[in-house]
Amino acid sequence: MSEGVVRTGAPALAAEGARGRLRRHWPWLASLAVAVVIPWLFYDWTTGRHSGFVVAMLSQIGIMIIFALSYNMLMGHAGLLSFGHAVFLGLGGYATAHALNASRAGTLPLPLELAPLVGGLGGLGFALVLGYFATKQRATAFAMITLGIGELVTACALMFQTFFGGEGGVSTNRMTGHSLLGLGYGAPIQVYYLIVVWTLISAVLMLLLTLTPLGRMANACRDNFERAQFVGYDPRMVRFFQFALSGFFAGVAGALYTLTYEIVTYDTVAAPLSGNALLMTYIGGVGVFAGPVVGAVLIVLLQSWVSLLSNSWLVYAGVLFILMVTFAPGGLAGLVVVHQPIWRAGRLGRLLGPYLRLLAPGAVTVVGFVLAIELCSFLTIGAAQGKSFTIGQLTLDPRHPGAWLVAALLLAVGGVWLRYAVRGFGSAWTALTEEIKASGPRA
Amino acid sequence: MEVLLVSLLNGLVYGMLLFMLASGLTLIFSMMGVLNFAHASMYMLGAYFAYSVSHVIGFWPALVVAPVLCGVLGALIEMYALRRVHRNGHIAELLFTVGLAFIIEKTVQMAWGLLPVPYRVPPVLDRALFHVYGSNFHAYRAFMLLVSVAMFLAIWLLLTRTRIGLVIQAALTHPEMVGALGHNVPRVFTVVFAGGSVLAGLAGVIGGNYLVTEPSMAATMGPIVFVVVVFGGLGSLAGCFIASLIMGLVQTFAVVLDVSLADLLARLGVTVTSATPLAEFLTIPLPRVGALLPYLMLILVLLIKPRGLMGTRDT
Repeated sequence: MSEGVVRTGAPALAAEGARGRLRRHWPWLASLAVAVVIPWLFYDWTTGRHSGFVVAMLSQIGIMIIFALSYNMLMGHAGLLSFGHAVFLGLGGYATAHALNASRAGTLPLPLELAPLVGGLGGLGFALVLGYFATKQRATAFAMITLGIGELVTACALMFQTFFGGEGGVSTNRMTGHSLLGLGYGAPIQVYYLIVVWTLISAVLMLLLTLTPLGRMANACRDNFERAQFVGYDPRMVRFFQFALSGFFAGVAGALYTLTYEIVTYDTVAAPLSGNALLMTYIGGVGVFAGPVVGAVLIVLLQSWVSLLSNSWLVYAGVLFILMVTFAPGGLAGLVVVHQPIWRAGRLGRLLGPYLRLLAPGAVTVVGFVLAIELCSFLTIGAAQGKSFTIGQLTLDPRHPGAWLVAALLLAVGGVWLRYAVRGFGSAWTALTEEIKASGPRA
Repeated sequence: MEVLLVSLLNGLVYGMLLFMLASGLTLIFSMMGVLNFAHASMYMLGAYFAYSVSHVIGFWPALVVAPVLCGVLGALIEMYALRRVHRNGHIAELLFTVGLAFIIEKTVQMAWGLLPVPYRVPPVLDRALFHVYGSNFHAYRAFMLLVSVAMFLAIWLLLTRTRIGLVIQAALTHPEMVGALGHNVPRVFTVVFAGGSVLAGLAGVIGGNYLVTEPSMAATMGPIVFVVVVFGGLGSLAGCFIASLIMGLVQTFAVVLDVSLADLLARLGVTVTSATPLAEFLTIPLPRVGALLPYLMLILVLLIKPRGLMGTRDT
């Protein structure tokens, strides 16, 4: 995947030809193609309309990809754990909302396509000010300062009317009449394609940033800031610049948020969104450039689909995180990277059988677990809301012991079976890696 | 004057409650390096356990049973999950506790419902203890103060007078050395984690009916407790104690003193009107900023002293 891009530096990029470039960058082109095509798969030809739900979700994914990538500039590339990253998304969003309102009033001839730049500059400006304080420290002290900044800005957003609009937030209208391409941007699909373009621009810029001396020094300060000091760099300035640029991209995401929803409230600066950035980035994988992209896609999908289907989204999210941090600390991208030596040795096919054997017990366990959680949820919260538990045509009564028995049985059988299957998978994996090691140092 | 005295007492009660929560977190954080986001969830569980248990056997046994339940839960979490995640680094541990906090919050919602539960102060203590300048001092607050002081003494004696306490103190600053001397550091970790959970549970039992017992109580208390721990400094229970009292007093007084910067300027002869620059900022009354002050103080302290008030080592 694009992990190779990060590792090999600029000289390799310059040396290769067009075909090599294509071979190296195909994941980018593929994702771009997917992003362009997907809305048309859900196009309703009879009414001539795009599915509102799908376009809204895709827009959200695009925004969150920029946000998660900008967060990884801190966490993955500079080793800075931030609890207040949403501040810069939100402040960029507020700046954009005011700029759009000024544009509609006629005082600012701002083409809508460039509105994300306003958000980015807003994020950058605030990141320069707040980052000046935050980056004085590193590690936990830095994390705690960002936590404090996040809470402070959230409280300010609720308190001050002129800039933040208090609890009601600032609402705006994206149809300003100023456009480079002459588009109206009334339809969500037009905004979606604008988001695609800006997501691509931001992602490419952030990738290129990892190749600059600043990006490299950020890595160095993350790994060993004392040695970086000996080389003659000031780790504080490295942190500061990295923080400011990360604020810029978060601001771009905030601007796109404003364009999509046409309202900015204090939610956009508050702690839950900052927490989301951390989760998306970590679940996706901090060690690989494309990791946060994967994380953002997965988390937004889960949030919009699972929370539609179930009351208990928080439990599933919690369990997912616990499983990930326990068994896959490298995130999803890390899981892919683990397979790389086996893939290079051309023996990935040998893992197919062991993986398939995991499938059935895994499915049984998951079904049992979901059933148990949903039964619990419907017994208390669902009953209070007057909902009933239906799967297709089947209506389950959470007060009936039968359903509970089935859930418990599935969970128990699946658990034991899964444990057994995992052990088998583990030995197959060890055998394979031993074999590859033995077959030559190259692999 | 009467406002001062009553607020002082109230601030003390709140500060001691904070200390009960924060002391456990300080021990866990300093020793294991875990930013435990589920600590406030233990506080919430303590309150809910106490609510359920006190229905069956009354408030007084619940005062013991609920914290013990939290402690057992804490020990199980440490032994079977956290120890495993420990290998994957600090951020993994942190996220683990975040996931745990999610699960606990939702479990509480599923078990006890979305609305606050009627967890009440026991009738014996539900009366005024004495009057100060016309306002009552509630007997339950005195009881809270009593419990927290007793707990403070107990921790202090445990840490300074017993063998395990000395090992814990040593492990706060030099965990590797303690391990090298042949002490079972993982078991010390389990003890500390369970002990911290007991304290958080106890805070929940006596704080849940003083404040409100509801599913969001963990989320409202969590950040403040972090602030207290970092403000006080890692590895220092004394710093944690002082920080708790400062935070308790600051928050209580901020609610009581209804002044703004504009009032202050008016004393100096400057009148603030809506036309004055920054008028919005100047006219905000102090009670509205009350919730902000801890964070402001946290940032200021960290900028000047990254170790916190009395921290013995770097964060």
